[in-house]
Amino acid sequence: MCGIVGLLIRRAEMRASLGQLAVPMLDCMGDRGPDSAGLAVFEDRVETTGLGFSLYCPGGEDDWDALLEQHRQLGGDEVSLDVNADNALLTSPLSPLAVSEWLEREWPGVDILSAGSRIRLFKDEGHPRDIASRYGFESLIGTHLVGHTRMATESMVSPAHAHPFTAGEDFCLVHNGSLSNPNSVRRRLQRRGIAFQTDNDTEAGCRYLEWRMREGDSLEEAIEAAFGELDGFFTFLMATADKMVLVRDAFACKPAVVAETEDYVAVGSEFRALAHLPGVADAHVYEPSPQTIYSWSVVEAGSTQTTAVVS
Amino acid sequence: MSDSREFDLAATSVRELNQYLHAELPGSDVTRISVQNPNGQHSIGAGLDCPVEVDIHGHAGYFIAGMNKQARVTVHGNVGWSVGENMMSGQVRVNGHASESAGASAHGGLLVIDGDASSRCGISLKGGNVVVAGDVGHFSAFMAQAGTMVVCGNAGANLGDSLYEAVIYVGGSIDSLGADAREEPMEASDVEALRDLLTEAGLEGDAENFRRVGSARSLYHWNAEAHQEY
Repeated sequence: MCGIVGLLIRRAEMRASLGQLAVPMLDCMGDRGPDSAGLAVFEDRVETTGLGFSLYCPGGEDDWDALLEQHRQLGGDEVSLDVNADNALLTSPLSPLAVSEWLEREWPGVDILSAGSRIRLFKDEGHPRDIASRYGFESLIGTHLVGHTRMATESMVSPAHAHPFTAGEDFCLVHNGSLSNPNSVRRRLQRRGIAFQTDNDTEAGCRYLEWRMREGDSLEEAIEAAFGELDGFFTFLMATADKMVLVRDAFACKPAVVAETEDYVAVGSEFRALAHLPGVADAHVYEPSPQTIYSWSVVEAGSTQTTAVVS
Repeated sequence: MSDSREFDLAATSVRELNQYLHAELPGSDVTRISVQNPNGQHSIGAGLDCPVEVDIHGHAGYFIAGMNKQARVTVHGNVGWSVGENMMSGQVRVNGHASESAGASAHGGLLVIDGDASSRCGISLKGGNVVVAGDVGHFSAFMAQAGTMVVCGNAGANLGDSLYEAVIYVGGSIDSLGADAREEPMEASDVEALRDLLTEAGLEGDAENFRRVGSARSLYHWNAEAHQEY
């Protein structure tokens, strides 16, 4: 199994409650995925000159001060570090490549979970309820988030194998299902110089989509291409800096339910993950059709547009 | 003298409700059960076995009224996967939409979906009747062995794939028929049976304008020369 959740807030005043609304969604979907969990939130950050890097360092509470100090020597006073248990958001004017090379050299125990101007990503081992409390998900503020509760089937249980997976900047993917050709997809991407962190099938799907986008596709076009390239079962929920996108494979064996109101768009593997949301009794609740792209945009504060592309 | 009971699933667990339905309800004076705040929870009313009216107010989860015998269950909302799966007798009605595998393997009874049903509706049907007022998704009536499925709206791709002796009536369009399913002429007996079913389901519909889908029975025996090309 595995559970997926997503929440995009349409009414700007509700964005302060994003985390508070999302925690019961993750907790409930712990029944579908109790071994690890993760969440990517897209924040309205104050303009900075650099990108934000979500860093993960298991048992790293004692190291963060030294890491910040050392990075300031490279990036100057603009560097900041927002520490949250084993996770921290490093804001740095350095390029993703420079940050990654520096970490590999100086801090080999620290992983980069995400990079971008709006994304902040957490993932870890354990019950989703415990992970939510470990990192204080309730206080997260932002425009949208996607989350995942994992029941591992095809690769090991580890924080790195937990979802969301990311590639490039401000892009992430959570997946319920299993791909049957991740190895050939991975090998083809590796030949193009794309590096992988795990042997996980979802990482192959995530890097495939991001590679298509770097080649000039929109996310929707990349998904169209993926229908022909990715074999297997999937409900994919993706997010970019200003979008949340949902798609199911042609057989649609993996569930998803959408609830839309004027205030929000919520996605869950099952309706019970959405049952606590305000106004859900009067929401437009529906099951997404197979091989159909559902895309919700954060157009500007307080409004979104919805498009469903039928292929 | 008849009696009624109300359960609020915001305060009572599904397990407590189902234990009451299995152990205390049969033989009691209670003839009506009202369930509030289902909140998408699973297995509500699974394993009912007595003539009782059950009303579930709100959206419910998976396996609602599974294995039902005798009871009449109405969900005033949507349901998740496998509503009325393995039903033996009685009636299950969903006022909203149903997700996948509605009425899977039902041996008897009547399942009515007032909205749409998703994919694999009536999969492996074994003698029950399924009536859907709206549309059904792909692979509906897959390997259905006995019983009747009625689709008043449109049917998705691969309808009736590997069908045995169940019969399907479709009022709207059919995206495609599955392997070994074929359209057959509507006989007077079909119109009569369909009219009876629609009446029993409390639905309007001009039985004469439905199409019948049955099995071509070409998959009944293994054909080594078919080269898996069906």
